[in-house]
Formats: sequence, C-alpha cells, structure tokens
Amino acid sequence: MNHVPLLSARGLSKRYGARIGCEEIDLDLHEGEVLAIVGESGSGKSTLLGLMSTQLESTTGSLAYRRRDGLSVELDKLSEMERRILLRTEWGFIQQDARLGLRMNVSAGGNVGERLMAVGWRHYGQIRSEAQDWLARVEISADRMDDAPTTFSGGMRQRLQIARNMVTKPRLVFMDEPTGGLDVSVQARLLDLIRSLVALTGLSIVIVTHDLAVARLLSHRIAVMRQGRIVEIGLADQVLEDPQDPYTQLLVSSVLQV
Amino acid sequence: MSDLPEYNFAYLDEQTKRMIRRAILKAIAIPGYQTPFASREMPMPYGWGTGGVQVTAAILGTDDVLKVIDQGSDDTTNAVSIRKFFARTAGVRTTTRTPEATIIQTRHRIPETALGEHQVIVYQVPIPEPLRFLEPRETETRRMHALEDYGVMHVKLYEDIAQHGHIATAYAYPVKVDERYVMDPSPTPKFDNPKMNQCPALQLFGAGREKRIYAIPPYTRVVSLDFEDHPFERTRISGACSLCNSTKAFLDEVITDDQGGRAFMCSDTDYCEQARSRIGPLS
Repeated sequence: MNHVPLLSARGLSKRYGARIGCEEIDLDLHEGEVLAIVGESGSGKSTLLGLMSTQLESTTGSLAYRRRDGLSVELDKLSEMERRILLRTEWGFIQQDARLGLRMNVSAGGNVGERLMAVGWRHYGQIRSEAQDWLARVEISADRMDDAPTTFSGGMRQRLQIARNMVTKPRLVFMDEPTGGLDVSVQARLLDLIRSLVALTGLSIVIVTHDLAVARLLSHRIAVMRQGRIVEIGLADQVLEDPQDPYTQLLVSSVLQV
Repeated sequence: MSDLPEYNFAYLDEQTKRMIRRAILKAIAIPGYQTPFASREMPMPYGWGTGGVQVTAAILGTDDVLKVIDQGSDDTTNAVSIRKFFARTAGVRTTTRTPEATIIQTRHRIPETALGEHQVIVYQVPIPEPLRFLEPRETETRRMHALEDYGVMHVKLYEDIAQHGHIATAYAYPVKVDERYVMDPSPTPKFDNPKMNQCPALQLFGAGREKRIYAIPPYTRVVSLDFEDHPFERTRISGACSLCNSTKAFLDEVITDDQGGRAFMCSDTDYCEQARSRIGPLS
C-alpha cells in the first residue's frame, strides 16, 4: 500500500464569472478508498467531480495524480493526448444518465469492447470473450450481448456502463449519482455490485450523491458540500452519526426514516 | 466566333484554381489528412462529383488526356457529362482507354488496369469523414484525428462481425494511410482497396459539399483496418464475365430478363473491351 495519495487537490476553485462553482477545495483520495461527496442541489458536487476528473478546467488550484507507474503528474499540465490515455486506461466515469456514458446504437458487447480496441486490442475473439466476461460479472446474460442498450432497462444500462468502464481495470472511477432515477431494489443490486468491485479490485471511487443512504453504504469517507465549499469531511459513520457542522446536522436530520 | 459564353480554361477562374492547388499540395504533404478548401458552386448538383470536378479543373493542363468513369463505366450519365464538360471548357483530349489517360476522374471504382507514375486519379467523394457515423460532431472528429484516437473505428468492424459473422462493410472500407490517418476511400468497393497500397499514381480525393480535399502520394502504404482473427478480405466473386470471361475483375450482376436470368459482367468497361479485342468475342 502506497501512502502517497492517489489523487490530491490543493486550493481547487472554479468560478463561473462572478458565481462560485466550488472554492478552495483541499482533498486527498487514497488507493482503495471510496469517497462520497454529498450536499444539496447546487452545492458544487458535480463541479468538483468535473474538476477532479479533468472534464472541467479549474480557475485556480492544483490537482496531482499518482499513476500506475508510480509517477505523480500535475493533471493540468498533461497534454490532451496524455489526458485521454489516462481517461481510458486508469480512470472510469459513470454518468447519471447512461445515455451519455454509452453508445446507444452500438451493441452491449461493442460498448464494452470499445475501450479494449482503443488501447490496441486487435483480436476479435479475445475482445469478445473479455467483454462477455465483464457482462457476466455485471449480471448481463450472454444472449443480450449483441443487443443495443436502447433495449435495456435503466438498471441494466447502469450495469453496462460499469462493465464498459471496468474492462480496462481502472484504478479510479468517478460516479455522478449512479443510482439516480432507479427504483430501490434495482439501486440495492447496483450498490452491491459496486461494493463487490471495490472489495475485489481495490478500486478507488469518488461518488457524488445526494442520497445519504448510498453514501453510508458505499463510502469510507464523506465530504459534505455547501455553497461550493467542503463544510465537513470525515469517516462516513462519524459524519452521519455525529455531525459537527450545523449544516451537516440539518442534512442528516432531514433524512426520512422508514 | 461562336455564340457560346467564353469560359476560362477548365471553367474555374485562375484564383480559384490557385486556392485548390494549395489545398492539394497540403493534402499531399499530409497523406490522408482532410484539408479544408473553399469549394465553389459548380454547374452540376452536389452528389454529382463537384469535388472531383474542382480537383480535376485545378490540375488539368492543355496536354492532359482525361478519362472519366462512373462505377467503372465510361458511358454512364455522370461520366459522359463530366467528360463533355471538360472537353468543352478546356478543349482537352478525352479517352476511355485507361493506359492513355493522364488524369482519371472516378466515382466508385479504380480501373482494373494497373495505374502508372504518369497518371493522377481523382476520386469524387460524398462523405470524407470515416468517423462520421460514430461521432456526429465535427469538432470532436477533428480532435480524434489529431490525437490518433481511432478505437471507435474498430467498434464499427466489431459490430459487423457480431451481427453478420464477418466484416460486412463492402464499400467505403476504412484504411490507414502512411500509418497515421484513418481515411475513407470514398464509396469505392473494398475490392479496390488493395490497389491503393503502394500505387505509383497520385491519388486525389475531392468532396465538394463537405469542402475537403485529401490525397495519397505515389508509393504510400495504405492498409485496410481489420482484426487479427478476421483479416481484411477482398470481395470474392463466384463467376466470370459473360463478355470477356474474366474472373479477376470486379463483376456487376445484371438481370437479363424477368424469369430470374442473371449474368455477370466487368464493371470496368474499358478493361472488358480490351480483353475482348485480345481474345476475340466469346461464342
């Protein structure tokens, strides 16, 4: 286990003109760690996720990532080509809306195989068996392999998105409300899947959610955001059981009890 | 003096030709790269070869001999009208014989007779962007070309095999030029793809509506994309030309009656005629 953080943000800010997206974020993510970012709508969760995954450009601040080869790189200094290679070999991104993360008119197998082909796989049989293997792991049966995701249910699409991202064995996956819009039983299966992937592969995850139950189930640490700033960060149980910040207290007490 | 309007040599004005020649030079310098150019309105509709016609007009000289083919044939409407167009506006000699031509403008086919160093082949291209059907955004496709981000190209071939058991793309089969740019060889059948590789003739591609010119310089490596376990295959044709008996040429299937009668014949009419004049008519 390496003690240098996998991803490290210092003074990360994003302003949209005069408005604040997020402000002065200091954050470390370690290998094998699941970090949940929670907060209400408009609190800057998605902006922060966008910044950390280099999809947005920060206004100020720095972001360092420790690559598989042990080298730490400043992400804003990477060339576009290096950034893309990183995105498809070491990282994954799960969108809330599966239609943004999948090629909807390409078969499930093709969706999973795309990353393999992008990193140079040129043997159809191997690509197919690897894709099939990953589809099985996310519980998509082999006879749906050649169907387009347009014919899939919401839960299946999310699982396909996970397979598509996991096939190149990334070290870090960003998730933006992956369970949004799914009914609770489908949510539960998806959360189970993500938990088992973390346990099996030692994957690190940054997950944005407004659902505290999801954060509790999945994450080791929770960061609570409000108005673009992290108001509280700590171990998941600690934050949820003994919130220190008044806003976190309000957030935790607003959860409906069944 | 005739009453006909006076055109500049080969229809286009000299400044326009200069602009097109610049684009062509750039295209030759970067094999397979789609060079933008200020495509002009031509006196024919888009889709009839306005890109090819502009390229031909820009490179045509008084001593050139022009051949124009459409689907391999010298006597279809598109070929006849473009040939007439240049005969009238440039007064150049035209021919149907492949070895005699110095410039060959084509839609779809590359002649069966091997091309030589003294020749230029000009392709009419409807859709120059090989990534278009997978990525609709032009800004993104340009970035993908710049970064050699071509994984998605194989997704298309993967889908073919997954659905049909083999690579079913039969025309506009993507190629990699000079180990760098992925290029769409216009709607030529994949049967002709191997002819592009190490071709002694200069190959120019013009897309009028899309305003792009690209090129393959003589003796350039052109490789058709494929998988290790599903290698590129030329279209196989089970039959022989009913006129010249050729089995090596690309054959068209022609319906001969309404009783299900069919016959094969060469798509390259000049090749077929030459073969027949050598062996005499088949009984």
